[in-house]
Amino acid sequence: MSQRTVVVASRVGLHARPASIFTQAVAASGVEVTIAKPGEDPMDASSILMVMAMGIGGGEEVVIEADGPDAERVLDELVALLETDLDAE
Amino acid sequence: MSEQGTLLSGVGVGRGAVFGPVAQVRPAPAVPDDEQPADDPVAAKAEVEKAFEEVASGLREQASRASGTVAEVLGATAQMAEDKALRKQVAGRIDRGEPPMHALVAVVENFAKMFTAAGGYLAERVTDINSVRDRVIAKLLGVMPPGVPALTVPSVVVAEDLAPADTAALDLDLTLAIVTELGGPTSHTAIIAGQFGIPCIVRVGGALGLEDGDEVAVDAVAGTIFVGPDDALKDSFAKRAAALAALAEDTAPGATADGAAIQLLANIGTKDDAVRASATPAEGVGLFRTEVLFLERTTAPTQHEQATVYSAVLKAMEGRKVVVRTIDAGADKPLAFVTQPDEENPALGVRAYRLVRTNPELLETQLAALAETQEATGIKPWVMAPMISTPAEARDFASEARRHGIATVGVMVEVPSAALRAHEILAEVDFVSIGTNDLAQYTMATDRLRGELADLLDPFQPAVMDLVAATARAGKALGKPVGVCGESAGDPVMAVVLTGLGITSLSMSTGSLAAARFAIRQHTLAQCEAIAEAALAAKSAPEARAAAVALMAQSAREALGL
Repeated sequence: MSQRTVVVASRVGLHARPASIFTQAVAASGVEVTIAKPGEDPMDASSILMVMAMGIGGGEEVVIEADGPDAERVLDELVALLETDLDAE
Repeated sequence: MSEQGTLLSGVGVGRGAVFGPVAQVRPAPAVPDDEQPADDPVAAKAEVEKAFEEVASGLREQASRASGTVAEVLGATAQMAEDKALRKQVAGRIDRGEPPMHALVAVVENFAKMFTAAGGYLAERVTDINSVRDRVIAKLLGVMPPGVPALTVPSVVVAEDLAPADTAALDLDLTLAIVTELGGPTSHTAIIAGQFGIPCIVRVGGALGLEDGDEVAVDAVAGTIFVGPDDALKDSFAKRAAALAALAEDTAPGATADGAAIQLLANIGTKDDAVRASATPAEGVGLFRTEVLFLERTTAPTQHEQATVYSAVLKAMEGRKVVVRTIDAGADKPLAFVTQPDEENPALGVRAYRLVRTNPELLETQLAALAETQEATGIKPWVMAPMISTPAEARDFASEARRHGIATVGVMVEVPSAALRAHEILAEVDFVSIGTNDLAQYTMATDRLRGELADLLDPFQPAVMDLVAATARAGKALGKPVGVCGESAGDPVMAVVLTGLGITSLSMSTGSLAAARFAIRQHTLAQCEAIAEAALAAKSAPEARAAAVALMAQSAREALGL
């Protein structure tokens, strides 16, 4: 199991457009990824409804996890995405 | 398709005669109460999965044809329909023996609760996830998808009724006409349609039986919908549309054929309305509904805030006459910042001018704001109070308004007691304006929102016409203006009758002005008086209108489709 902790850069948080871009990237990777606030239950990171319902604000820390041969690469890509202000583009 | 030649009828609003394909606004489908758990959960899950897929790809396809915000909203909604967690949770509940559609409703409700609790942006997404739910249920039930259709060609929009949110979602540029099975001629939909000059027919039995794509001919004057019009009918409709367009070319002030003036004014609620009205030949504003500023707010607008809006309206009208009506709210139109006990009969309760008894500061602040407006713009609006019942109320309002420097003070005549005592009321003020919608409601003891009672609210009801005539007579005797500012003024037949009764100004939706101006101009004052007399002598509302139409000039009847 690979894991990354990352601070969400999008100022609006993981809502709206940033949530949409992030969850679509997860789905496109074909790898099962979970997302959690530190110490809370992990959720399916490809689900826009779950991710939005978590109410992750801008500047908040999240933990993403994945398993399997592609896990490291996919997590690195997702970290790069979360570290970008997706709402500004 | 519905059978060709089918004729449906209802209550028409507006003048237009148009034809085009039907686009149905479907209500959200109801999940059957007696839905059973699936015998074969695997098959049921596959069916739900397929419905989700179809809804998602349908939304994607719609999004690809749209642009901007609409495309973004549709794309986001499609993503919800594609959501794996949503589908997984529904599947889990089906496995546990829940009926499939009930399972979907329960899952969506959980998400909706979470979103609502989070508030803000997420709370607004509840509409989207509910729309996914309704679309999937419609698929499972094999019925048409709910909601306002995305119009691609000019269409006749057909609905059970339209909520304000539905109307907002409508592309009015592609809306030829609106047809509803419920509602009444003074309902929200009819008023919006009037504002935009879109022909509208309400209370059409069987409207929901029309099918998407059926070609229909809609005649707002006759209140009829004809399925599958032939070329001859289409041709006559096209001619009428051309005649109506020609009417709009007359932009001279309202007057009879022999030059007796009758002011034609616009009803407005906002600064944007004022900007639109100023682009029309309206001679001013006969009714500025200021309550629009107060409704849907959690705190009262300050004096300065109000003055800013009033100034913008006066400036937009560029010196033309503007009649400001003080706040007409309370009871049936509750205000968040005015605590009121529940009223059993809100229409008869503490509303409109009567709020001065419980919340005098509302009127005080509004009059001060109007004084500030006069100071800032150098323009002096006319100001009137709604729902006055006695001469004493008129006197109290007039002295308050004059104390604030208002030069021309009036009151509305909407309550029968005010019409019966019009002489005494006019003695206290400079003018009155008759609100025919409320006057009919209070005279006929008929709720304006009850479509099934629409015939009782007909402004041609003899008792209502008697009260209008009595008020006009009082105005003539005292040499003071008596206006009418209800939707009835927009009916060209009624406009001629009111002119004949001695009414001095008519205020209406801007969309109705051209036809009223045209109808009045086809008759001399003496002819208008004869028409009014004939209407007053009739025994019922339909007979009164028929008597008036029978005496109208051939030229007016032909162009207006009467």
